[in-house]
Amino acid sequence: MSTIAAVRRTSPGTAVLRAEARLFRREAGTLFWTLGFPPLLLVILGSIRSFRKFDDGLGMRVIDVYVPTLVLVALIVTGLQAMPPVITGYRERGILRRMSLTPVQPTALLTAQMGLNGTAGVLSALITLTIGRLAFDVQLPKQAAGYALAFLLTVTAALALGALISALAPTARLATGIGMVVFFPSLFSAGLWAPVQSMPHTLREIVVLLPFGAASQALEQAAAGHWPDWSHLGVLTAWAVVLTAAAARWFRWE
Amino acid sequence: MTSTSPIVEVSSLRKTYGGRTVVDEVSFSVDEGEIFGILGPNGAGKTTTVECVEGLRIPDGGRVRVAGLDPVADHAAVTQVLGAQLQESELQAKLTVREALELYAALYPNPADWRPLAERLGLTGRLNTRFGVLSGGQKQRLFIALALIGNPRVVVLDELTTGLDPRARRDTWEIVEDVRANGVTVLLVTHFMEEAQRLCDRIALIDKGRITALDTPQGLISRTAGSTIISFTPSAPLDDADVAALPALASVEEKDGRITLGGSDETVTALLSLLARHRITAHQLRVTDATLDDAFLDLTGATK
Repeated sequence: MSTIAAVRRTSPGTAVLRAEARLFRREAGTLFWTLGFPPLLLVILGSIRSFRKFDDGLGMRVIDVYVPTLVLVALIVTGLQAMPPVITGYRERGILRRMSLTPVQPTALLTAQMGLNGTAGVLSALITLTIGRLAFDVQLPKQAAGYALAFLLTVTAALALGALISALAPTARLATGIGMVVFFPSLFSAGLWAPVQSMPHTLREIVVLLPFGAASQALEQAAAGHWPDWSHLGVLTAWAVVLTAAAARWFRWE
Repeated sequence: MTSTSPIVEVSSLRKTYGGRTVVDEVSFSVDEGEIFGILGPNGAGKTTTVECVEGLRIPDGGRVRVAGLDPVADHAAVTQVLGAQLQESELQAKLTVREALELYAALYPNPADWRPLAERLGLTGRLNTRFGVLSGGQKQRLFIALALIGNPRVVVLDELTTGLDPRARRDTWEIVEDVRANGVTVLLVTHFMEEAQRLCDRIALIDKGRITALDTPQGLISRTAGSTIISFTPSAPLDDADVAALPALASVEEKDGRITLGGSDETVTALLSLLARHRITAHQLRVTDATLDDAFLDLTGATK
């Protein structure tokens, strides 16, 4: 009983992260939707011949516009689809409560989940950029620093929105449901159905005030070699701050 | 900390939810090395009481101390002396038994070695099984292991055997006795009389948020009228008046020629001499103690 375990100890935070990473890898469905789906969609869209031709209206090829959008799809899927049911499920099934009986607080589980989903989003985005570059000759972002900044702000906003859904949904099923409701407008504002530039003026004015609309504009500008408009970065920052505060305000441990 | 001071002290604990008092002036203390039972019907406030001990709920009144520490204010310190199995909690469905043990061991500064612990709890053959496919008994054994993994001085076990089949229940009882034999104090919440009677040194009987009795199982039983049950089939009819005159007699029942009396040891002695005087043989004479069941109904019934 009193035997002290091996001298080489893993830190509690690392142990939680390692266990959650293992569990993350065991969810084949989530892995497909986060890592496989956005690149697959790019391959499908890239196979459409007309998308690879120069579009006079856009001033570039359709596929060039879709790469930033699919980078956003990766973040939307991880933040809104993958993460909320997991965290809500942990609360619903008393896993957070059980952990609060140990010297490590359940925040460690949330941190691990956000870290893993964030990483999956980044990985998926990198795969998408690589495929775009290698298969369809889409230029890598020319304004790399601006792209990275807009991207990190979007990751934060997406995870915060996911955390807010986890906070508000009483059950994992409802978390999936609410995630779905937010999912489609998010995909739309990211420009999945029609590029934001080609939207009617009034609609575009509204869409760029939404987190993924602003993100899509910022990423596109950086991809084209410009520093993203401060208005877009400002909208993204505001969403990230407000959503984080709201998630922290309403999150319940049980 | 001296060794004589109790490991868990609860005094005048009060907890209300939305104006409804669920725990009302509950006081008890648990000595080191004891198996202390909290027994009561569903919804009596048992779980709320131990949740205050675990620091999961903030009491509305009264005082709780675990090894001299406040479970809310000193939560981090309390988690190192108190382990617990919760009534309704699960683990991640795809986490294996080994991974769960390794994970929880890593959360404590001085954990027990999980291998011998797993062996003691009969989990060695299940180390690579995922939590989601374990049987109810295996899940509970894993939760006992996780409650013990931080080398606690006291463990709280809440409705440990609810939903288990009789075989698994008996196995679990042996584990609880084994835990105490290893020097860990046990605070056991249950609504099974048989379980409390078998395991507990002392029992606090809770009904509607209040403690209605606190005693050893035997003490609780002997408080009830008719704590000894005598049944027999007399070889010849007995005079009703003679039977009614027996000392400490609490109940008389006759069915198909078989007589069942509730009373005390004194009743037994008097009955035997009565039978001898009348040269009546008592066929299939059985003298048994009343169970905690009887005591429980008697004690909670009195408060209604």
